[in-house]
Amino acid sequence: MNFSASILVNLSISVSLFLLVASLILVLIRFLRGPDIPDRIIAFDLLAIIMMGIIILYSIKVDIYIYLDVAIIMALIAFLGTVAYAKYLEKGI
Amino acid sequence: MKEIILSFFILGGSFFIFIAALGILRLPDLYTRMHASAKASSLGVGLFAIAAGIHFSQFWVLVESLLIIIFIFLTAPISTHMIARAGYLLNINLWEKNVSDELENRYDLENSILHSSSNPRKRD
Repeated sequence: MNFSASILVNLSISVSLFLLVASLILVLIRFLRGPDIPDRIIAFDLLAIIMMGIIILYSIKVDIYIYLDVAIIMALIAFLGTVAYAKYLEKGI
Repeated sequence: MKEIILSFFILGGSFFIFIAALGILRLPDLYTRMHASAKASSLGVGLFAIAAGIHFSQFWVLVESLLIIIFIFLTAPISTHMIARAGYLLNINLWEKNVSDELENRYDLENSILHSSSNPRKRD
């Protein structure tokens, strides 16, 4: 691990990762419990966005900016999946 | 000074994403859940991207974080609108304390066309 970031930034990144994992668990509860299919789809979308936030924070923590590309690709795939599910629900395949 | 701004953006973004997760768990209805999740989570990821751009402070990383922000702000309303439309066409129940349904009797559910008046005229 690289120690270029200061103590304050490291502490806030740790607190933020804790909050993000807690919100991942909350969204996962909704994903398992959701009464209809659209609830599960928006929970899945939010899961992908939270994973994207975790990847961005990790790239700040280890000080490698290549990992931001992973976040962009993750957003792209989540958007395509959401649109495909919505089209499927509306009209069938 | 840079560290203070950076940790402010990081803590703010994670706070907003946590609010989005609380909203998607606690709110009573598909549409209110969607209202909570789309706006707050896109704001949170936007703050994270600004924090990454400040931290690395190179030109291409700034362009990339701007790309993340533009992409999120373009795609989140589109996907939310498509799921809301699919949910309304599937007759997902509204909340029982709901006050008004603006789209009532305006959607042609068979052809999925939205009319502007509540008594659509037949086109011959």
